[in-house]
Amino acid sequence: MSVNDNNLVRIRDLHFSRGRSKIFDGIDIEIPKGKITAIMGPSGTGKTTLLKLIGGQLKPQKGSIQFHGEEIPTMNTKKLYDARKKMGMLFQSGALLTDMSVFDNIAFPLREHTDLPEVMIRDLVLMKLQAVGLRGARDLRPSQLSGGMARRVAFARAIALDPEMVMFDEPFTGQDPISMGVLVQLIRSMNDSLGLTSVIVSHDIQETLAIADKIYIISQGKIMGHGSPEQMNQSKSPWISQFVHGDADGPVRFHYQACPYKEDLMAECHIE
Amino acid sequence: MFDWFAVIGRNTVDFLARLGAEFLLFLQTVKGFYALIWRPSLVIQQLFSIGVRSMLIIIVSGFFVGMVLGLQGYNTLVDFGAEESLGVMVALSLVRELGPVVTALLFAGRAGSALTAEIGLMKATEQLSGLEMMAINPVERILAPRLLAGIISMPLLAAMFSSVGIFGGYLVGVDLLGVDTGSYWSQMQSNVDFHKDIVNGVIKSAVFGVVVTWIAIYEGYTCLPTSEGVSRSTTRTVVYSALTVLGLDFLLTAIML
Repeated sequence: MSVNDNNLVRIRDLHFSRGRSKIFDGIDIEIPKGKITAIMGPSGTGKTTLLKLIGGQLKPQKGSIQFHGEEIPTMNTKKLYDARKKMGMLFQSGALLTDMSVFDNIAFPLREHTDLPEVMIRDLVLMKLQAVGLRGARDLRPSQLSGGMARRVAFARAIALDPEMVMFDEPFTGQDPISMGVLVQLIRSMNDSLGLTSVIVSHDIQETLAIADKIYIISQGKIMGHGSPEQMNQSKSPWISQFVHGDADGPVRFHYQACPYKEDLMAECHIE
Repeated sequence: MFDWFAVIGRNTVDFLARLGAEFLLFLQTVKGFYALIWRPSLVIQQLFSIGVRSMLIIIVSGFFVGMVLGLQGYNTLVDFGAEESLGVMVALSLVRELGPVVTALLFAGRAGSALTAEIGLMKATEQLSGLEMMAINPVERILAPRLLAGIISMPLLAAMFSSVGIFGGYLVGVDLLGVDTGSYWSQMQSNVDFHKDIVNGVIKSAVFGVVVTWIAIYEGYTCLPTSEGVSRSTTRTVVYSALTVLGLDFLLTAIML
């Protein structure tokens, strides 16, 4: 990585398949430092798979995934774990440890990876909880939290070790408008105040466009378009336009492939 | 016709690949025991969850099995005028066979299914992935303490089962049916050999502990992350554990005799 490279993650010619299904067919992505990058696309496109590839949980068949200039897929276990300590991840379900309280969930990575005394861990945990507005919920169990609260606790845990990058897997899915607004504001403000690099995987257009600095839209294994939110909104590409504006019909057809409607009604259609 | 060969070949290769993957995971888990030397609290937590919480069912079952042995044993031995040997019969049956085997079956049903469900649900709710992304090896953090706790718990639970069973046999044979109390204990003492009977029973229960706990852990770790997947895995844990324990029991008994 050159001295002037402002990208924390660089993906080049990424190919990944699951069985016979081609998920990524040679994609290039750059995630700039200190910015919020959104990866968007229809459901089932492989957005979550991309986060797992960046985190080293999956290995590509071909291609390069660099984090801080080092190849993630070829790292040994120790180096990979060191790299993961610089990454935080917010899973769609929160992935909180259900046998621990909110406090212990956030303290967990600190206790596992540092030798800090409990007094200091307590202060750090309270600071993280204060940042997400849940200091009063420290003694609750995950089962006692609402969906939005669980996501915020998971966010606090993701930044417990003060990582350089946080990945968000569908953070807005299933949230009510207030929770969504809270999460949107938190992601933006934490990214700016902590100097984080954020990667958001989502198909919630409005919320994501409101905070992202850079957007990639993926479909059928390829990058359909990338740029700033303004560029995406004004894009002339019919595919991007259909996706961004949520049009029912366009390059992605509303109707599943079938013979003509009149023939079908007249029982003249033969499906082969 | 060649389709048959292809199917058999593919299934054989898949089976061997799965067996190989399972063995590699087992080795990784055992390697994780080393780190537990510095973190005994993880094992102690699991000893309570797996071992202590299984005590009630083991003790109650042991007691009833012992009582039945006392009853049936007396019924048979009295025809030969050998009812004074009831203590030996009860003790040997429990220490050599029933203690390790029945404990293992109960352990599989109670603790094994709980382990599978716990780990399976952790997988379904992405907790295991979460641990990986927090740079924590789930094999060392989750699987290894549970396997070690199962290996430690099983012989202790089997010993409890046998002890309580001997007492149950005493209650029925001596207190209810009138066998001489001195004969009950003295014959047991002279005829139960420490190495041949008790140590072999402990070895059996340790082996069953490894097998049952490992099956439970593996089924949970590899289950499909859905409710149906977890349900099937818990069922497989109990069935596979039971069959494996009974098969291994025959093998170990044949070796030890």
